[in-house]
Amino acid sequence: MPIAHCKGCMDLTAQEMQRFRSVEMAFLEMSKCFGYEEVRTPTLEYLHLFTSAGTLTQGMLRRVYSFLDWDGWSGERVVLKPDATIPVARLYVDRLQKMGNVARLCYVTNSFVFEETGTKSRERWQCGAELIGEGGELADAELISLACESVKRMGLTNIEIKLSHVGLIRGLLASLGIGQSDQDGVLGRILDGEENAFDGIQSDKPQSVDVLKLLFNTKGNSAGFVKNIRALFTEDDPDVADELNSFISIIEIVEAMGLPCQVDFTSGKGFEYYTGIIFRLYVDNVNVGGGGRYDKLIEMMGGTAAPAAGFALYIDRLSSRISVDNLALSSTERVSLKIVPDAVKLGTELADLLRRTGLIVVTSLGGQTYVDCGWEVEITSAQEFILTNLANKEKRSFKEAIDVVAELGIS
Amino acid sequence: MAIRLALPKGRLMAPVASILQKAEWGMEDYNEKSRQYRLKPSNRDDIVAKMFQEKDIPIQVAIGNYDIGICGFDWLTEYTVKYPSCALEILSDLGFGEGAIYAAAMPGTIKGEVITTQHDAVRIAGEYPNLAESLAFKIRLRHFAVYPLWGSADAYPPENADIILISRQSEEEVSTLGFESLGKIVDFRACLVVNTDSLRCKDMSGVLASIKANIAPSSAVPNNAEKRVTIGAMRQNVRHGSSSEPDMVRLALPDGHQQSHVRKILDAAGINIDDYPSASGNRRPKIALDGFFVKVIRPQDMPMQVASGDYDLAITGFDWLTDHLYQFPGSPVKRMLDLKYGWVRIVAVVANETPVSTTAELQQMLKTNKISCRIAAEYTNIADYYARANHFSPYRIVPTWGATEAFLPEDADLLIENTETGSTLVKNNLKIIDTLFESTACVIGNTHSNRSSLKSSRMANFVEMLRKALEKAS
Repeated sequence: MPIAHCKGCMDLTAQEMQRFRSVEMAFLEMSKCFGYEEVRTPTLEYLHLFTSAGTLTQGMLRRVYSFLDWDGWSGERVVLKPDATIPVARLYVDRLQKMGNVARLCYVTNSFVFEETGTKSRERWQCGAELIGEGGELADAELISLACESVKRMGLTNIEIKLSHVGLIRGLLASLGIGQSDQDGVLGRILDGEENAFDGIQSDKPQSVDVLKLLFNTKGNSAGFVKNIRALFTEDDPDVADELNSFISIIEIVEAMGLPCQVDFTSGKGFEYYTGIIFRLYVDNVNVGGGGRYDKLIEMMGGTAAPAAGFALYIDRLSSRISVDNLALSSTERVSLKIVPDAVKLGTELADLLRRTGLIVVTSLGGQTYVDCGWEVEITSAQEFILTNLANKEKRSFKEAIDVVAELGIS
Repeated sequence: MAIRLALPKGRLMAPVASILQKAEWGMEDYNEKSRQYRLKPSNRDDIVAKMFQEKDIPIQVAIGNYDIGICGFDWLTEYTVKYPSCALEILSDLGFGEGAIYAAAMPGTIKGEVITTQHDAVRIAGEYPNLAESLAFKIRLRHFAVYPLWGSADAYPPENADIILISRQSEEEVSTLGFESLGKIVDFRACLVVNTDSLRCKDMSGVLASIKANIAPSSAVPNNAEKRVTIGAMRQNVRHGSSSEPDMVRLALPDGHQQSHVRKILDAAGINIDDYPSASGNRRPKIALDGFFVKVIRPQDMPMQVASGDYDLAITGFDWLTDHLYQFPGSPVKRMLDLKYGWVRIVAVVANETPVSTTAELQQMLKTNKISCRIAAEYTNIADYYARANHFSPYRIVPTWGATEAFLPEDADLLIENTETGSTLVKNNLKIIDTLFESTACVIGNTHSNRSSLKSSRMANFVEMLRKALEKAS
């Protein structure tokens, strides 16, 4: 009986890992160029880190993997981390904030969310970046730029950004004059991605409700769209005006970066901790990442209030788009080394020398030749080195290991 | 293929029996006095039925052991809130067995209008741990701990829980118990559930129609519109009540059938205790020992309560202590004194027709036949340990809440069960293939508690008094 992998989980083969590492490396290299430093948070966290208001939505919380640990007799549950940003915020509060600096942090991590059918992965890998301690439109733009440049470095094109703004939605909802619990209800439905999130709103400002519906039902392609909305919105509310102006500034910056962007208020689902801009990144119309501003999370985690924003790139979706051709190693870089029992010392010495030059040396212990290699070296019992070019089967013999190295180095 | 029915024991039995009587299936064996778990209707050869604890029925139907089940909507929700994609469909509200689950607290302990932001864990106790967790998510508690209980939730507040989930008929009943209802979690009645795959693939129309035709027309559909439970900041000073005095020894005594044994030992030790066992259900009997506070709770729940520091000492079975220690190997709870009564063996049991007589043979049989072993047990952690220690691969633990002997052979391959004489097992056509350990009642205590010397000496003195009484008696 073959042992199946766990439902909703997946293995990565060598080729899939090459794609994975290629995404990871592109992201980490680009993050380094932007001054971001890599961190890692644990897989297990206390459940309560994620349960308080303003962190994960109820829809997300219902799908976390939580359980009692081996020492959980107090009833305290732990969880396989369902989100990467909250643990990084905890790390910042716990270890970094006291240093007083702005933190530019990046990471590659997995997170776990139950998915009913088991056909999609319940373990998700992501590259993430968080900019904590800096606020404003330029900080938002830096993150959007890092996300886009990382994706470009992976060799992907046809990138599009979709923008939304939770602060603005909250401001608009507040201006409707409906109770806080109704506002939270509507926002929760929006963040959980429900259609008809505005049904049943009893507001004495039906015009404002109409503006909100218009925002959600229309997708704009420029800052002009939000300017139009600003013109339609008649309420004299300074908070809404500030949020609108901030949103327009960000859109203008993104436009100036030359990135195609769309204003889409339905694109902001998933997390309750966002307070300002939310952006989603698309490649060939597939959502490959997203992020946003979460200015209240650090304080909520017990730290001193600090502005913060971040994003995640979804590795599984990106790696499947990477071209394998770019990743395949040239066979000329691989050497198959046949070692016979009475030439083990000589064989290992030669392997060591060749590897130092950067070549990949696969030792052939059973006498077979590896087909994906460009070269084969055989050491005879007379301590001679026979070098074969596997492409044309041409053979040459050498007395010294260093001559083989020189020959392959020259090749 | 016969249609398999899971029928409830307990509170729903009489009204369900009445429906089946009207349906004229010939199910006379389905009654309180019946010693049979398996029921074969004399007038229907297309039905086989088995009796279960109500709480077991959703899982039995969901995993496909039974096509149709009858149970309360409360137990169904407790299961589906955790496993929303499980293979269960509700077909009908049966119109009886009405009640509701309430979130309740001691009056005045939970106060306020908005969601709590306190850093201390809010302790939620009850027989519905999944609903408790769901409630905590819903009201966005910042920090919480759920105590799953076997029963007696009303004994916990305010000292050992802040909120309890209890099932009652009305809010007035909650008040009568001395609690304040914080809101209704769910209304329930008995309902008819089916396995989704059976519904799709199996013709059960005759059975369903026969049940449906004999249900009394329902007066109203249960109102499951939730009253929003609002829980505010808690007043810290009332959380632990008088038992929070640092030198006070908090002692848990068992409810149920163990009470008379414990009373005898206390009497023999010269320790006076009023109203235990209590005819009125008093959960806080007065004990004539200076610096002792006593509460009466379920013995199964005691090890976790002692481990978490809510109690210092308790009287429970070694079997439940062992189950706890298998779940939490680093737990600070230890046996302080063997009380040498209530002797049982914890055994591994298979059906007589299973051709094995040892665990090794069972393991070999599972391996040869490539069977996933289904292990039914109330002691889920002992069962889990046993399966791991014996390298069963793969295996599944089927948690049960009593009448475990009825699970073999159809619904499980192995039981981990306690037995005194073994006669119940023999009567049910079962055999023992392994004895895991022997269990008697014992005093358990928390060894890590940071306590004063006065409290330590009070605890040691109590254990010593019982030890001397036992020595004298023997």
